[in-house]
Amino acid sequence: MEKIFFYAGLYLALLMALSLYRAVAGPTVLDRLLGVNAIGSKTTALLILLGILYQRVDMFIDIALAYAALNFIAVLGASRYFQKRKGLHGENENL
Amino acid sequence: MNIGIVIILLFGLLFFTGGSVGIIRFPDFYSRLHPAGKLDTMGLLMTMGAMALYNLTDFSMTALITSLKIMLIVVFVFITSPTATHAIVDAGFRAGLAPWTKQKKEDDP
Repeated sequence: MEKIFFYAGLYLALLMALSLYRAVAGPTVLDRLLGVNAIGSKTTALLILLGILYQRVDMFIDIALAYAALNFIAVLGASRYFQKRKGLHGENENL
Repeated sequence: MNIGIVIILLFGLLFFTGGSVGIIRFPDFYSRLHPAGKLDTMGLLMTMGAMALYNLTDFSMTALITSLKIMLIVVFVFITSPTATHAIVDAGFRAGLAPWTKQKKEDDP
């Protein structure tokens, strides 16, 4: 059972690497913000998986909750910051 | 019991896979927000539910409270993920990002 959780965590890390492509090569700033948001929501699940693997779930839950709150606040703040900016598009012409 | 947990976990990973592939392959910023907002939330619900069930296999009061806290994280994400998605859409819309259409690029300003 622990091995299944280990491979699930490994697969989740692979999916995070896939989302990292959008965070690196997104045409606009908001695409990068979207990729970072997707990585953060996967990290919340990965932290609980790590807690099960280390058999310290009660400690890792608090870290996951803080990470979820931090992810939400970071996305909200960054999207308010980029709201009035010009030149969000056209930074990289071919999509 | 364990078979059910593994099945729920695999379905959650399937939803996460759909979200990641959708983020990579959709053509437009607005359409990319659709898998990012929905499928990640559903995958988080299923993986977290599987882990909360696995935590309950040797039952005690501490394990019950821990599983309840895991489901509270899911409730928190269910509230905050649509809010974050709506904030990103609002930022893109106010900055004047045009939605994707099927025409070519030459009639763009």
